[in-house]
Amino acid sequence: MKRHLLSAGDLSRDDAELILTTAAELRELADRPIKKLPALRGRTVVNLFFEDSTRTRISFEAAAKRLSADVINFAAKGSSLSKGESLKDTALTLEAMGADAVVVRHGASGAPHRLANSGWVRSSVVNAGDGTHEHPTQALLDAFTMTRHLSGGKPTLEGRRIAIVGDVLHSRVARSNALLLHTLGAEVTLVAPPTLLPVGVDSWPVETSYDLDAVIPKADAVMMLRVQRERMHGGFFPTAREYSRRYGLDGRRMATLQDHTIVMHPGPMVRGMEITADVADSERSVIVEQVTNGVAVRMAVLYLLLGGSEPAVGGEE
Amino acid sequence: MSTTYLIKNVSVLGGEPTDLLLRDGVVADAADAPADAETIDATGLIALPGLVDLHTHLREPGREDAETVETGTRAAALGGFTAVHAMANTEPVADTAGVVEQVWRLGREAGYCDVYPVGAVTVGLEGERLAELGAMADSAARVRVFSDDGKCVSDAVLMRRALEYVKAFDGVVAQHAQEPRLTEGAQMNEGELSGRLGLAGWPAVAEEAIIARDVLLAQHVGSRLHVCHLSTAGSVDIVRWAKAKGVDVTAEACPHHLLLTDELAATYDPIYKVNPPLRSAADVEAVKAGLADGTIDIVATDHAPHPHEDKDCEWAAAAFGMLGLETALSIVQQTMVDTGLLDWAGVAERMSYAPARIGRVSDQHGRPVEVGEPANVVLYDPGATRTVDPAESASLSRNTPYRGMELPGRVVATFLRGRATVLDGKLQ
Repeated sequence: MKRHLLSAGDLSRDDAELILTTAAELRELADRPIKKLPALRGRTVVNLFFEDSTRTRISFEAAAKRLSADVINFAAKGSSLSKGESLKDTALTLEAMGADAVVVRHGASGAPHRLANSGWVRSSVVNAGDGTHEHPTQALLDAFTMTRHLSGGKPTLEGRRIAIVGDVLHSRVARSNALLLHTLGAEVTLVAPPTLLPVGVDSWPVETSYDLDAVIPKADAVMMLRVQRERMHGGFFPTAREYSRRYGLDGRRMATLQDHTIVMHPGPMVRGMEITADVADSERSVIVEQVTNGVAVRMAVLYLLLGGSEPAVGGEE
Repeated sequence: MSTTYLIKNVSVLGGEPTDLLLRDGVVADAADAPADAETIDATGLIALPGLVDLHTHLREPGREDAETVETGTRAAALGGFTAVHAMANTEPVADTAGVVEQVWRLGREAGYCDVYPVGAVTVGLEGERLAELGAMADSAARVRVFSDDGKCVSDAVLMRRALEYVKAFDGVVAQHAQEPRLTEGAQMNEGELSGRLGLAGWPAVAEEAIIARDVLLAQHVGSRLHVCHLSTAGSVDIVRWAKAKGVDVTAEACPHHLLLTDELAATYDPIYKVNPPLRSAADVEAVKAGLADGTIDIVATDHAPHPHEDKDCEWAAAAFGMLGLETALSIVQQTMVDTGLLDWAGVAERMSYAPARIGRVSDQHGRPVEVGEPANVVLYDPGATRTVDPAESASLSRNTPYRGMELPGRVVATFLRGRATVLDGKLQ
């Protein structure tokens, strides 16, 4: 694996399979009474969050702590950044503190890339979501969840049909998933109104469709993306109701799914907008499990990036 | 008295080697050379008329941390320029006679090249009401080029009025063609790559729609229009169409749009962030073809200095713009001359004669290198090569996208009215 995880596109099929296999081992820990391993004892992981994201931050924090790493949480709001400190100076400060890995969430696309490639820090950089670019660990946890339900836990999605529905244009989750799921052999279809598909999407390794009803009966997994409220003012679609009617997942549409098909959402959900409550809370929904799997996948990523050559599970403690 | 220079064996516009005498500010007959003339062996060098830049950001007043009139004109002289037009987006904006006269005076005091201030079209570049264009035209700075560059005069009525109004003093409106609603938050060329990188797209249509509207407006009111930093294949087609229809339109291309493509944005290094953005390889080829066939009249640098911290950051937080004065001629040689698209006479037309005509400074600049003409002359060595080192720039800023690139050519000497501002590649 490379030293950083900036894009799901950086992962070869071998890399992705290794992360998923490692995550499966680490996932077993979640069911044990003592959830901690010594693998990263003495290492320091900094969670550098320039955007509010409690969910992702606590997931990374739990992952690092279960591997016995020291964790420093650095939230941009309430720190010197609000006084105008630059990304570079923040990075130099973290470097001086001896961070081994920096987990960065930033509103600007490419900020983790800059952090990794500008010579500001020597530590590994993990992209925890940058602007409208990528969110590779979300894609990994989504893929991990799919393999548990659709592939009997084997780290492959060969031939599986995955529908990703909603605001693809602004979604870092969709970008990372499109790349990673393709790497793992899945057939991905992006479903959205034409206004919410990026220019050039025809060059991505995916199919696209404007018609949700035509796509989901064949899907093995349906991933609903959050539609942010501000998009409604951007003229991307006429009204929230029209969006829900055409692209929302409700009970009627859920009834057209195959028996084994799972429903996913990266969260946070806007219930009643892209997904109705009865679907979100249904037996098919694996939304809560995605959160559990997120910790295991992030443990695997931190462990492998920080040079874990020994098996993660089975060490002394 | 000023030094008299006898330039031996120089190839004027790439022609047969000859001798030139620069005396008392004019080109004189070499046969009249006095014995004490300073002799320059110009074997292998080309003489071009002093270059004229219609699009330079000198940043003063207001951003003297990025550039001053003095440092910017030093960079200009090193690049072979004897005249630059200083854009109006300073702080305060050059929208009054007072500010344009200040910039003009600073240029005279610095003395490295003639500085012709560009006046803002609208007060504060706000796009709401016309600035006092007549007062700027009548000032000591004698402003003839008006532009809200950095911002587009997007209001169609305001643009129409500006085009009409400047006819009274033979002015021209130089439009920064960018439809604002289509480019809200725009970061890079809109295309496959912007979608992949998650950077908001700046679509070609946002430039082309304004150019199309403006050439129709210029035709309707019978005015002169200049299109700044044209960057797309579609824009070339529109200007070509307008010229065929007899519209009085001129257009410029920047060196970076002749060489660099949007692929460089994949580095997320904002040294490549510029407005209009770097475009596709097909656009670059179309712009080069347009410059070669005369659809695009001139090369202008859009020299845009920024302090280090405004580029040493994440892409979205960075400023738009790149340095251009010291590398322009080399980029034109590499992309246009060495490729056979232009000869040196064509370069002189596009980097000196035509910009001087558009800016209405042809009494002093953009004159042929001939006996009796003002001695604004560049000596250029097209056989030299150099590796761009930002630290060597005379600009206060370092934001060149050509860092580490090997470029052809070297400005050996620049003469402003017979006085050397650059000799042996060094400022005088």
